[in-house]
Amino acid sequence: MSASEASDLRDGPALDEAVTRARLEHTWRRPEGLWGWLVTVDHKEIGRRYIATALGFFALSGLLALTMRLQLALPESHLVGPDLYGQLFSMHGSAMMFLFAVPVMEAVAIYVVPLMCGTRNIAFPRLVAFSYWIYLCGGLFFFISFAGNTGADRGWFAYVPLSGPEYSPGKRVDTWAQMITFTEVAALAVSVALIVTILKQRAPGMSLDRMPLYLWAILVTSFMVLFAMPAVMLASSFLIMDRLIDTHFFNQAEGGSALLFQHLFWFFGHPEVYIIFIPALGFVSSIVATFARRPVFGHLPMVLALIATGILGFGLWVHHMFATGLPRLGNGFFTAASIMIAIPSGVQIFCWLATLWDGRPVFKTPLLYVLGFVFIFVLGGLTGVMVASVPLDLQVHDTYFVVAHFHYVLIGGAVFPLLGALHYHFPKITGRMPGERLGRLGFLLTFVGFNLAFFPMHILGLSGMPRRVYTYPSGLGWDGMNLLATIGAFTLAAGFLVFFLNLLLSLRRGAPAGDNPWGASTLEWATSSPPPVHAFAHVPLVRSREPLWEERESLPVVTGLRVDAREVLVTATVTAEPRVREPSPEPAIWPLLTALATTGLFIGSIYTPWAVVWGTVPVAVTLIGWFWPTKREQRKEKATEHAPGLAEAGA
Amino acid sequence: MRQRFVHDVSGLPDHDFGSDSIVWWGTLGFVAIEGMGFVLAVAVYFYLMREVPSWPPGSIAPPGLIYGSLFTGVLLVSALPNHWAKRAAERYRRRGSLLGMGGVVLLGIGLLVLRGFEFTVLHVRWDTNAYGSIVWTLLGLHTLHLGTDVADTAVLLALFLTDRDPPQRRYTDVSENADYWWFVLLAWLPIFAVVYLVPRLG
Repeated sequence: MSASEASDLRDGPALDEAVTRARLEHTWRRPEGLWGWLVTVDHKEIGRRYIATALGFFALSGLLALTMRLQLALPESHLVGPDLYGQLFSMHGSAMMFLFAVPVMEAVAIYVVPLMCGTRNIAFPRLVAFSYWIYLCGGLFFFISFAGNTGADRGWFAYVPLSGPEYSPGKRVDTWAQMITFTEVAALAVSVALIVTILKQRAPGMSLDRMPLYLWAILVTSFMVLFAMPAVMLASSFLIMDRLIDTHFFNQAEGGSALLFQHLFWFFGHPEVYIIFIPALGFVSSIVATFARRPVFGHLPMVLALIATGILGFGLWVHHMFATGLPRLGNGFFTAASIMIAIPSGVQIFCWLATLWDGRPVFKTPLLYVLGFVFIFVLGGLTGVMVASVPLDLQVHDTYFVVAHFHYVLIGGAVFPLLGALHYHFPKITGRMPGERLGRLGFLLTFVGFNLAFFPMHILGLSGMPRRVYTYPSGLGWDGMNLLATIGAFTLAAGFLVFFLNLLLSLRRGAPAGDNPWGASTLEWATSSPPPVHAFAHVPLVRSREPLWEERESLPVVTGLRVDAREVLVTATVTAEPRVREPSPEPAIWPLLTALATTGLFIGSIYTPWAVVWGTVPVAVTLIGWFWPTKREQRKEKATEHAPGLAEAGA
Repeated sequence: MRQRFVHDVSGLPDHDFGSDSIVWWGTLGFVAIEGMGFVLAVAVYFYLMREVPSWPPGSIAPPGLIYGSLFTGVLLVSALPNHWAKRAAERYRRRGSLLGMGGVVLLGIGLLVLRGFEFTVLHVRWDTNAYGSIVWTLLGLHTLHLGTDVADTAVLLALFLTDRDPPQRRYTDVSENADYWWFVLLAWLPIFAVVYLVPRLG
């Protein structure tokens, strides 16, 4: 192919801007209709879908929580019995952790990360599509099982021996264990795609030291997923093997160990908290910088704090097991590590406060959620330092004090920043501005409702109310606090309702947003709202940490990517110099088919171990279909190939 | 926002080997995940070892060495065709890639047969006790990776056999597939030591 022939296929000064956009639109769009919906590999579409699905599971799990609060509003209530109550709290905890909190953070990242990197699509988009389908299948399976009276009922961590074959006949624990497998496969796949996108597809010039804090947060989180999630996959697989094919991992009588389950579970379970929390820190940094109108104070300490949190997060798991009688000296180590993690958290809190202090803060809804986060999370952190010490932990273990603590950390530390981030990214995703008045009302209700619901639980725990009881007798001094908590829970739910109602209304009635309505500094705001399918007509070139604040007049861009074939720019890991024009995959049905085949295998394995053997056949067939290039792809690749050795000659 | 053109990337290649290939990074990511799985499974082995007075527990004999050693030998030999495949691929040589991958697939099938025999001389079933469970799991986990990579390599081989003039990008797949085989190979050595040698120490 001659140079002149090639040049008219690429963006640049030689190609008319309108033609460029039209060609890119044509190249990157998916087929119309239902088929197109099933085969899409556009990270923006998958990200939106992932967010909506996670919020759906959030609503379902929230309804379970409201049912529990109704039951506990009055002493000796008979609204639900002990068996259903066991399913309610187990489903609520499991679904909130595995089907909402982790997936929703990854979902937002799937949407935002490629745009913030300035690239046209995420790395491995088919893998991300697969991740969505497998997540959807796993979540539906979990809730359909619950509807069929096979809901998880052994708590969100399903400790053995209670969850083992002897004490939990039936299929309830198996559905829990396989739900874990579904969601872990989904999370691991997305994490690989996010890591590679962040390390290899950043806009040219966005060297690691110019990378926005949100991308750092997602990078650290994704690495944590890689190293933490295999532990819970082992834990849940060993559990299901003990139950179904008579292995003895956790069977004390045959040389197994019940405590081993707890080690494996919490080796994942504690990092899990940070896997949920660190993306939220990323949201906070984005929002604080944008609304304080200045870069986040102390960029380097912030990055180091994120990395330190990620590493320390792996050294805390035993603090969930202080009540198991482990050696005292070992507990001392984990106490120290648990208290130590307050240092990077504190560094970040003070850096944000300094940013707000020095900036000119604009108190829009997203920033309100961030302030709510600071208040609630600091309280959760304080009780965290308290329960990190063994004597206090032994006193309040398995009481409502712990319930209060982790809701302060998780709702304050993750859900508040998430709501802020959803409000913040809404104009980019939809092209419409979210309403400010309803937004503020939503914030007020969630903030007041949250504290009303969960603050009393500290006191309930200190006055001895155990968690996971389906009712309690009158006269123990718990009645008033429980009623208050229930009122708070409904206020909180009303707040969520107002928040989402506001977004739904704004979808139709909101003012047009424009490219950068908040005046933010990162690249996702350089393209139109909502972004076109190809995201950027020309890939931006980055020369500072805050590209859109530095380049007021016009944005420098690179040219020379193909407009008649899907291409993304691969850059050097550290310096982000352009290296390769990498073809990006076309839409395909294979991710969905592979997810369905895998779902068949996972669900089948609950009923017969042979499903693992025969189930591999459809999985293998669909995977081969996935990787086998079509004739058209082969021809396309062949026609435009360009070996590395020729790079210098061509340039 | 207005834009100004400052740099042209049209001269860049459409693929590269090693750290400028995104699939290379993806492979590394999955190696990290699966490597972590192996590390944790080995940790479980040692954790369970502490739970009982003798290892293997009771009167169980350590696994027979013959097939495991043979397996290890053949696996080490497979590094040769694997290396050839990688080297040929990085020079865009179809014949060399075919021969290398063919060698890996043939040896891989042999390895799977040997692995079948390994399971017969463990002297313990998975449902005998926790020792049996973890030994079967370690071996099973490695077999899963071995089987997957043999299948992967066979598919790639078929792709090359059906296409006389494959796009250059396809050769990066051969190179990265060879990297993954190295992972399967190197992951085995500590597992061999744990399954076969540790029970002979005490």
